Amino acid sequence: MIKKEMIAMLLAGGQGSRLGVLTAKVAKPAVSFGGKYRIIDFPLSNCINSGIDTVGVLTQYQPLRLNTHIGIGIPWDLDRNVGGVTVLPPYEKSTSSEWYSGTANAIYQNLDYMSAYNPDYVLILSGDHIYKMDYEVMLDFHKENHADVTIAAMPVPLEEASRFGIVITDEEGKIEDFEEKPAQPRSNLASMGIYIFSWPVLKQALQDLSSQPNCDFGKHIIPYCHSKNQRLFAYEYNGYWKDVGTLSSYWEANMELIDIIPEFNLYEEFWKIYTNSGVLPPNYVSDQSVIERSIICNGASIYGEVHNSILGSRVRIGKGTIIRDSIIMNETEIGENCVVDKAIIAETVKIGNNVTIGIGSDKPNKMRPDIYNSGLATIGEKSVIPSDVQIGKNTAISGVTSKEDYVGGVLESGETLIKAGER
Amino acid sequence: MRAVGIILAGGNNNRMKELTNKRAVAAMPVAGSYRCIDFALSNMTNSNIQKVAVLTQYNARSLNEHMNSSKWWNFGRKQGGLYVFTPTITKDNGYWYRGTADAIYQNLDFLKKSHEPYVIITSADAVYKLDYNEVLEYHIRKQADMTVVCKDLEPGDNARRYGTIKMNEDCLIEEFEEKPMLAKSRTISTGIYILRRRQLIDLIEKAAEEENYDFVTDILIRYKNVKKIYGYKIKNYWSNISTVDAYYKTNMDFLKPEIREYFFHELPRVYSKVSDLPPAKYNPGAVVKNSLVASGSIINGTVENSILFKKVFVGNNCIIKNSIILNDVYLGDNAYIENCIVESRDTIRANTRYIGEDGIKVVVEKNDRYIF
Repeated sequence: MIKKEMIAMLLAGGQGSRLGVLTAKVAKPAVSFGGKYRIIDFPLSNCINSGIDTVGVLTQYQPLRLNTHIGIGIPWDLDRNVGGVTVLPPYEKSTSSEWYSGTANAIYQNLDYMSAYNPDYVLILSGDHIYKMDYEVMLDFHKENHADVTIAAMPVPLEEASRFGIVITDEEGKIEDFEEKPAQPRSNLASMGIYIFSWPVLKQALQDLSSQPNCDFGKHIIPYCHSKNQRLFAYEYNGYWKDVGTLSSYWEANMELIDIIPEFNLYEEFWKIYTNSGVLPPNYVSDQSVIERSIICNGASIYGEVHNSILGSRVRIGKGTIIRDSIIMNETEIGENCVVDKAIIAETVKIGNNVTIGIGSDKPNKMRPDIYNSGLATIGEKSVIPSDVQIGKNTAISGVTSKEDYVGGVLESGETLIKAGER
Repeated sequence: MRAVGIILAGGNNNRMKELTNKRAVAAMPVAGSYRCIDFALSNMTNSNIQKVAVLTQYNARSLNEHMNSSKWWNFGRKQGGLYVFTPTITKDNGYWYRGTADAIYQNLDFLKKSHEPYVIITSADAVYKLDYNEVLEYHIRKQADMTVVCKDLEPGDNARRYGTIKMNEDCLIEEFEEKPMLAKSRTISTGIYILRRRQLIDLIEKAAEEENYDFVTDILIRYKNVKKIYGYKIKNYWSNISTVDAYYKTNMDFLKPEIREYFFHELPRVYSKVSDLPPAKYNPGAVVKNSLVASGSIINGTVENSILFKKVFVGNNCIIKNSIILNDVYLGDNAYIENCIVESRDTIRANTRYIGEDGIKVVVEKNDRYIF
């Protein structure tokens, strides 16, 4: 009989709509991060580094990039004869067919996958956080406490606690109560959305709540287990953990990587982050270039200036171009004599010559002030921007744009330019 | 699948000086991200040759580590794959490979058990891109017994370390001299050969009977008037790395835009083992001009006209000029390196000065890491 002590279920189906045009065509876990990586690389690498070799990745929203990235799991050593990584999309059943309607519902629909490995424990992860964590230590904690459910939680500043799901514990870490985004938080321990369940407990709860619409771990499963007086524990985690759900937090988390000794250090040998990047040549820096406080991926060719920025693989920066405080993702090409300030430019974008990005006042975006509000210019993947145009702050661009789309050659701050057929 | 491949990677070359103390020439790091054998292996896989034998002998530890999986070059198929043959003691044989022909002879079973009609033989110490199928088409068209891939020597390069070839107007090889002191021709052999598998087995068996062991002197040169041996001239970049100067020059060629475009960006790509290193990091104080920087490097100082291989740390106020720093080197603050090749996995202490005065200096310190 096949037997795995603990398997991981990685929820990677979400859109991440607060990332705007960045997630128009890719699921959030497949958005690139720190140059060569994608967000999902962090939980996947944590799994293999923690000795978990069986990972189900639940996909739903725009899974193409995610599927090609994961492949058969070779970059993470998750190509296994037994176990390994399995992509689990929603599927048609004989009596019904439904999408994944909530985090717990998605797991419920894959009970058969989990049963096949006869696990003692199931680790539930989400594919949209940046952190390094040894899940084996968390499992030890779970076992020591004879817990039914262990929730990873981290202390946050009390004034921010009202943005999170908060757990209230006794001295041993046993959970006494929860509060979802409380106005008056009684504790500063925020749930990180990482759970270890003892398998029978998870199975029972999922079956009991199978008719619950939009069944969700935080809203339904955890409170249900608590109501049955099961042993719920909070595992306190004090390392680096970053939610990159908004454009500003995404930008900040990237920028933290270029600190001289970053809090989140990719250069450590003992906890490597793996990714599917292919074989790439070194990056080239020309004799007119200036580069400071930046990280630059393999295959990039730099002929201009780069300050405080993250450049992905095979990026080309033309002569006389100045890049500041920006994130430029893989395969993007920027022409000559451009100036780019505080921009997030997604993959495979082509930008002409003499383009200025990030000018003007800090007006919020007219169409989606809730998304584009941190002064960043955001350009979606495969966009084309013609030569000699100027682009303001809090702007969003997606699709193949031409000179006529820019009134007087300018896209003012707060404007959105999304071509037909794009979203 | 008309051909099997044989890559001769056993060689050492004392003109590589200290650089081959650690590894075979085929395992020398090249162009920041690659090892020399990657070019031959990538050419094989890009030419759709799925069954390749690599013959190793001299200090193959680095090479074997590099080839620990054949996945990186898209081998590892049910049909074919990558075979690494080191000398073994058998009932009939207790020798090391006594030469290139002997190396093939000792692994003749590989050829006998294959069904592909042709064999492509290449050395592993050259940097080049070549579709072997083009050579194979030529070989068939010429109805040749053997085809030797050759190239006109670059001006300034000395023919003395190559085999030189003289062909008639039909490209039939008339003369072949191995490492002549005074060359009669500027056309050299690249050490890439194509012939029928049966033909090769016959030639190798005959050589072994006569106790001859070298492919070039004992087969190519001896048979040149008996068999129809044709030359196939290539015009694209090809560079052998097996002296310190040639190794330095070949690497520095990658600072030229046309060479970078050809190898780094044009298809087909060159494959190598993926090393899972983070991107290169440029800290305040970094000044980098006309240089290649591989992943995992952290730069705090000045780097000019140089190539930094993977995981190089450049300390504050360091100056590196016209140099090659191999993998995993830590350069302490204020180090000054000019016209040097710094051997891999080394630590250069703070305030160290190395200058290659006449010619390129190979720097090997063997210092422990993190003791300054």
